[in-house]
Amino acid sequence: MRTVYLDNNATTQIADEVREAMLPFLTDLWGNPSSMHTFGGQVKKYVETAREQVAALIGAADPQEITFTSCGSESNNLAIRGGAEAMDKTPHVITSKVEHAAVSGPCHYLEDRGFRLTKLDVDAKGRLDVEALQREVKAGKTLASIMWANNETGVIFPVGLIGEIVHEFGGIYHADAVQAVGKIPMNVSELPIDMLSLSGHKLHAPKGVGALYIRRGTKVKPLVLGGHQERGRRAGTENVPYIVGLGVACDLAARHLDEENTRVKAMRDRLEAGILATCPGARVNGDPASRLPNTTNISFDYIEGEAILLLLDDKGICASTGSACASGSLEPSHVLRAMQVERFAVHGSIRFSLSTYNTDEDVDVVLAELPGIVNRLRELSPFV
Amino acid sequence: MWDYTDKVNEHFHNPHNVGKIDGPDGEGQVGSLACGDALRLMFKLDDEGRISEAKFQTFGCASAIASSSALTDMILGKTLEEAEKITNKDIADYLGGLPKQKVHCSVMGREALEAAIYNYRTGKKWDKEIEGEVVCHCFGVTDKEIEKIVREHDVTTVEQLTNACKAGGGCGNCIPELESMIQRLTAEEAAADANDGIRPMTNLQKIHLIEDVIDREIRPALRQDGGNLELVDVDGNNVKVRFRGACSGCMVSAITLKDVVEARLKDNVSADITVEEVK
Repeated sequence: MRTVYLDNNATTQIADEVREAMLPFLTDLWGNPSSMHTFGGQVKKYVETAREQVAALIGAADPQEITFTSCGSESNNLAIRGGAEAMDKTPHVITSKVEHAAVSGPCHYLEDRGFRLTKLDVDAKGRLDVEALQREVKAGKTLASIMWANNETGVIFPVGLIGEIVHEFGGIYHADAVQAVGKIPMNVSELPIDMLSLSGHKLHAPKGVGALYIRRGTKVKPLVLGGHQERGRRAGTENVPYIVGLGVACDLAARHLDEENTRVKAMRDRLEAGILATCPGARVNGDPASRLPNTTNISFDYIEGEAILLLLDDKGICASTGSACASGSLEPSHVLRAMQVERFAVHGSIRFSLSTYNTDEDVDVVLAELPGIVNRLRELSPFV
Repeated sequence: MWDYTDKVNEHFHNPHNVGKIDGPDGEGQVGSLACGDALRLMFKLDDEGRISEAKFQTFGCASAIASSSALTDMILGKTLEEAEKITNKDIADYLGGLPKQKVHCSVMGREALEAAIYNYRTGKKWDKEIEGEVVCHCFGVTDKEIEKIVREHDVTTVEQLTNACKAGGGCGNCIPELESMIQRLTAEEAAADANDGIRPMTNLQKIHLIEDVIDREIRPALRQDGGNLELVDVDGNNVKVRFRGACSGCMVSAITLKDVVEARLKDNVSADITVEEVK
């Protein structure tokens, strides 16, 4: 059976070009970039090339503004904990209610240590309450961590506006852009963003590598101590093969940005329109006017997400759900709950997230199989 | 990814007895859309009072659907008295086990059966009476229900309780209260077992129980007279206490000691308890 992989916001296929580029560093070029001898030292230039590639994708003015980390979660921790601890006055931490756990986790960590924490609401379409941000930033120096694009709904926040508001009162703005990088064009050097997180495995590099953009002049206290690497911002011998892989993946992503916003977007739109046309009682979660080109989140009335996923899985289709039943906890998606989506509709929500590796046939398979699955579960449901 | 048994997968993919019955003898519905799972069960009886037809409709995950399907298979051909004996554990066992986070799916099956039988016997719709105080507000679970679950399922941790009835699985605010309820109930259970000669209480259980009895049954009575009591030590079955407040100078404190403190501890903890006052 063919695998139809529509869960690219969870993780992505490793690009052939990325794997090929990494292999020499797993075979011959295994030296330590910090070594004085040629054998090790020659590796350093590849790390620096990768730094340039990452900087180019996000539009950083200087490659030295890129710090390599082990993953997006580490980037977020470094920005939030390291950023807060480096500020001269204890900052007021402002975030949103729809952040990934890798942001809300460190924010709550700071709250437990006496920092004031404010979590901003979103509206029914998942749009940030910018007016609330305007009120809150006045309450003292701010460290704001507000995502660029939401992993569950794909909703894009107005990062330029957010950064302006935060900067107006001398605050620092960190954007978790793990889902946005490689999917939409960006130029951080022209935006009021001080720090930005990205993750390798969301853009066709392997798991285990990420990066944090730290604008020149922004102070961050390192989390990992004991080495000079990454200009003292993260100790530890560089994960050279994966850093090289991340660089190539960023290079590829820059070249695929157009395709992402044309062909991938067209596939997503056809998938979404097709589902809404063939499955009654289906509705899209999130603001259609400001959304990633690859993501759609759809609630199906009166049926439960885990059951839908398992029946999709039988057909080789990979997606994900906001239902509590699939998560191991009993709480359904905090993102959809923050959007005031009714509880039952959260339990029946499915996210499809595409990539450039998807084809029209993938969309055809879902459109052929999903209506039958939805009908079958509706026939079982006592509410229909 | 859940590790479902083949039997769960089989009942999920090809559920038995799906649908409705026209003019059922009994019908019950439990759960709700908001909770994320709900089950409606209908049955018909034959001339001998055996369940001749059973149908279900379920909104829920794979294990909720499989539990419903298993339940209908299990009750077919049974009298209501026989069917009533089916526990949620029987349903889970029939399926070869459920992941621990999914135990509540089998509890829902058991409840739907109870509701349908109630409907048959009374002609009324089974409205789960809100008995007791709501402890878990996220899932509307009361102290009475929690007591029942703790006793029936030998629950010793909040996690087990959450898996069985969802209590504590939402915001988590009630977890400290659930912890102390479980501690109290298990200590009481251990005391009952010890008195019945089933298995001796551990020292820790005994101390918890003594503290609890003093707290709930003895202190309120003493406080009315402006007194109080402090637990000093527990040595085997010998309990050392110190009177406080008005009690400490009271002429009848020796009587209070025997008639109130010792009597209550003998009743609730162990018949072998003796109480001694330390000054």
